[in-house]
Amino acid sequence: MSTGWSITSMSAISLLQVVLVIVGGPLLLGFMRKVRCRMEGRVGPPVHQPLLDLRKMAGRERTRPEHASWVFPLAPVVLVATTLVVAAVAPLLATDPAFGWSADLFAVVFLLLLGSVSLALGALDTGTAFGGMGASRAMTIGALAEPALLVAILALSVPAHSSNLPTIIIRSLAHPAWLATPERVLALVAFVIVIVAESGRLPVDNPSTHLELTMIHEAMMLEYAGPDLALVKLAESMRLVVLFTLLADLFVPWGIATSPGPWHLAVALASTAGKLVVLGAALAVFEVTVAKLRLFRVPELLAGAFVLATLAVLSTLVVP
Amino acid sequence: MDAGSCNGCEIEIASIFSPTYDAERFGIRLEASPRHCDGLLVTGPVTRNMAAPLRKTFDAVPQPRVVVAVGDCARDCGVFRGAYGVEGAVSDVVPVDLEIPGCPPDPAAIVRALRGLAGT
Ligand code: SF4
Repeated sequence: MSTGWSITSMSAISLLQVVLVIVGGPLLLGFMRKVRCRMEGRVGPPVHQPLLDLRKMAGRERTRPEHASWVFPLAPVVLVATTLVVAAVAPLLATDPAFGWSADLFAVVFLLLLGSVSLALGALDTGTAFGGMGASRAMTIGALAEPALLVAILALSVPAHSSNLPTIIIRSLAHPAWLATPERVLALVAFVIVIVAESGRLPVDNPSTHLELTMIHEAMMLEYAGPDLALVKLAESMRLVVLFTLLADLFVPWGIATSPGPWHLAVALASTAGKLVVLGAALAVFEVTVAKLRLFRVPELLAGAFVLATLAVLSTLVVP
Repeated sequence: MDAGSCNGCEIEIASIFSPTYDAERFGIRLEASPRHCDGLLVTGPVTRNMAAPLRKTFDAVPQPRVVVAVGDCARDCGVFRGAYGVEGAVSDVVPVDLEIPGCPPDPAAIVRALRGLAGT
């Protein structure tokens, strides 16, 4: 890893990444909602509306279902904590945040999975029909999406000879030709499908649906109220930012700060914001134009992503 | 929440989210769960069968909460006053903070009332 990084600058970068994810997440959701509303011919809420909503929810009463145990209040905390750890150690703005050596691809994927599992347990704990249904659906999708994500990043790690995310990014910056190889393109498609599934967006899940037959993620948070709900919503938006930024940094790494200094960081911040806006707008436009997939078709889509990711790994072995 | 209305009020409530009125630009949204709500919009006279569910839903909304009675039926049973299946107006079952008159109320009036509550 590059030299010249002091402990202070590394911690400062981690802190900056955490702040970016906490503030940027709700703003990104607000921006995507704005794009959607505009395309539907409406004015739509202001971009900072999700932040206002979070503040409002944080000040409300915390209700608890009658039969819930300690798992229920713990789940949102675990969900936010795992996402924060990923936000702190993953190479989002710079290739060397504090504990960057621990940002292994397996660690990052499993931390995100741990968050999803804890939310599913919290939903099961409520004992309501919707909670159980949402949890079982989310786990079905998660069980199919996580391996595809893992294999897609694995395809990137083979040429870099490392499963450490910062190393993968540094090596791909050093070899720009890698970015247009067949395995990159295959892995990119798989990665995008997985992100859409993981963050509960159309066509896999509809974040604005209230119909019992179509809810997945929404169904799991029906019983949460007040500060707990704020945590779940915050985590949801933070995960979207983390996944988007990882996508951008793994496939279009230019702009990420490779050496310390406020100037590099400012460039990284600006380029990350630009990438997020482009990705958010693209996903929002895509969501307006597609219909939700039937639940039984979702495994086919995710199996497709897994096959693409596997092909990507195979092609790294065949193409030297 | 529909406590026994003729669905006329629901159509007007649904239409405040249409491009014409677009209540979402003021941060007003319909939520799937009473746990996520700040307020409860109740329509229609409260029928005997809906009185208990209305009380339960009211209890499920976290504090601080408001109840808005939408339409003449919700205010004073309207055209259904004295009917055999009607328990009473909404204020007979749960405390009401705001009433929106009309049969059905104009969507603009609903938006105005909700904006007044939200302070936007
Ligand atoms: S107020 Fe009028 S429109 Fe509304 S429920 Fe009563 S009868 Fe129907």
